[in-house]
Amino acid sequence: MTLRITRVSAQLGGHPILHDVSLEIVPGELVALVGPNGAGKTTLLGVMSGDVVPSVGRAELDGVELHRWKVAALARRRAVLPQEQRLAFGFRAVDVVRMGRAPWARLPEEDLDDVVVADSMQRTDVLPLADRSFPTLSGGEKARTSFARVLAQQTSVVLLDEPTAALDIRHQEQVLSEARRLAADGHAVVAVLHDLTVAAAHADRVCVLAEGRLRADGHPRDVLTPDVLGEVYGHPVDVIDHRGRLVVLPHLIDHSEEAPCVSALS
Amino acid sequence: MTATLPARASSTVAEPPALPRRRGARATALFVVLGAALVLLTVYAAGRGQLAIPAHEVWGSLMHRIGLDWGTLPTHPQGDNTLWQVRFPRIALAIVVGAALSTAGALMQGIFGNPLAEPSVVGVSTGAAFAAAVVIVFQIQLIGTWTTALFAFVGGLVTTLLVYALSRADGRTEVVTLVLTGIAVNAVCASGLALMIFLGDTQEREQIVFWQLGSLNGSRWEYVGVVTPLVVVGLVGAMLMARRLDVLALGDRAARHVGIDVERLRLVAIVLVALLTAAAVSFAGIIAFVGLVVPHLIRMLVGPGHRVLVPASALAGAVLLLAADLIARTAVTGADLPIGMLTSLVGGPFFFWLLRRTRRTAGGWA
Repeated sequence: MTLRITRVSAQLGGHPILHDVSLEIVPGELVALVGPNGAGKTTLLGVMSGDVVPSVGRAELDGVELHRWKVAALARRRAVLPQEQRLAFGFRAVDVVRMGRAPWARLPEEDLDDVVVADSMQRTDVLPLADRSFPTLSGGEKARTSFARVLAQQTSVVLLDEPTAALDIRHQEQVLSEARRLAADGHAVVAVLHDLTVAAAHADRVCVLAEGRLRADGHPRDVLTPDVLGEVYGHPVDVIDHRGRLVVLPHLIDHSEEAPCVSALS
Repeated sequence: MTATLPARASSTVAEPPALPRRRGARATALFVVLGAALVLLTVYAAGRGQLAIPAHEVWGSLMHRIGLDWGTLPTHPQGDNTLWQVRFPRIALAIVVGAALSTAGALMQGIFGNPLAEPSVVGVSTGAAFAAAVVIVFQIQLIGTWTTALFAFVGGLVTTLLVYALSRADGRTEVVTLVLTGIAVNAVCASGLALMIFLGDTQEREQIVFWQLGSLNGSRWEYVGVVTPLVVVGLVGAMLMARRLDVLALGDRAARHVGIDVERLRLVAIVLVALLTAAAVSFAGIIAFVGLVVPHLIRMLVGPGHRVLVPASALAGAVLLLAADLIARTAVTGADLPIGMLTSLVGGPFFFWLLRRTRRTAGGWA
């Protein structure tokens, strides 16, 4: 089981987004996808999930190109947590998590539905919300319910697009430790993350994307350096080792230095 | 690998945590109430009219027909005839048409992921009506009584596909886009319908106009025989895709991620909507808003799950249309009011209320 991206370029609406990206995701690792806004992180995740068909290059799961997979078969191998959680009707949270079991309908695994759904909801701390209507949940509650849906799908590849964006610290750590546990259990997990310190703390491997190209790929300590990050983000940072953990601190913008520009404008 | 989660769960947790119960009891109660209402209303409605027949005689006549010698037959010499030639065909048509319209509405709301989608709102009924008017004016007779149904189906199918293609952007349908597309499609179909009225002679004009208003007047068993199989196919099809329709609420992309072949599902659903709409429109004309009001009320009672929503809507639609038709033919002595007028009278304000509510929950539309 491997997810292999080979020299992929991709376009969205005629605009080139990714250029010549090669990446291989293997079971047992949590890969963090980081990079500035508009770097192509979500598009790359789209290529991995089969939503975006590369214009050049190959994106394969188990040696078969993603767009050749049958929709249902692919859904038993990879799950996706989207950045935005929308729902057209007022289904209850538990119904939404149950939707994650859809690819297992009419298969022997269907018998596990209730157990898996309950377990997934417990892991993401949304069991108390089970009877609530999904659209009435807060952003963070929606995100955790959707994460439970992704867990309930029980796939070997798990793709998470900013799973922690709307979460408080406790739930952020909970979701990421769950993602790490998945990886430890032999799943391949890819997460788009914005917070570099969080990425450094949880990921086995960090891929830095900038302007549609893969700029660095490796162990957090090798990749998250002031040189790489300063160049990619166009902003100087400090990387501090705090009791064995990396902390990425952006420099403060000093307005006194910019003062001449402002006065020149006025 | 796929079994890792439950295996772990059983080792760390003694018993899987309990999930909230499904809303089974509530759904059963709803089905019982609706079923009882349908039977009672059928017996009551059959007795009402110019020739009043007491309920126990209606019941006796019904039982007699199915071979049971229960109750008394109508005492009036024309009683049995009136029941079986005039009232029962009309009641049967009201039931199947009501079921067809509500199921079409529930399906359409499911595939558009939008509570405001409904055949008459988005112009599908008008499209089917236009095609049927063509049959009336040009007196096309390809396959007998079925010709109108066939044309209405093609007209409905083309308009549904058109609305679908025109109102979708980025894999979802905005409320505003849908309603405005409906206005545009309605306008074009209405102009076609106007042309047909212009081309027709006096008798054809009258036929089209009455039919545009929607009416179950003059129902015959023959019509029931055409409409019923179409409605059964539509209902069974809708039931088979119920679970997948639920998942569609996640949006196209997420639905694909959990293994739903969205495009195919939607296409089949659109064919079913056209079929159901055609079945309803071909003999009863345009009866608006039933498909909007009924699924919405059912959703408020038992939630949005399509496995309950679809059959409950069908049943409730049958009850509603039967009641509406009873009012249409008995409210004014000696007059048969157009039923479409009645449903629009109630449905219009309801649509407005729904619009306001959707707008509020959607946080306003830009």
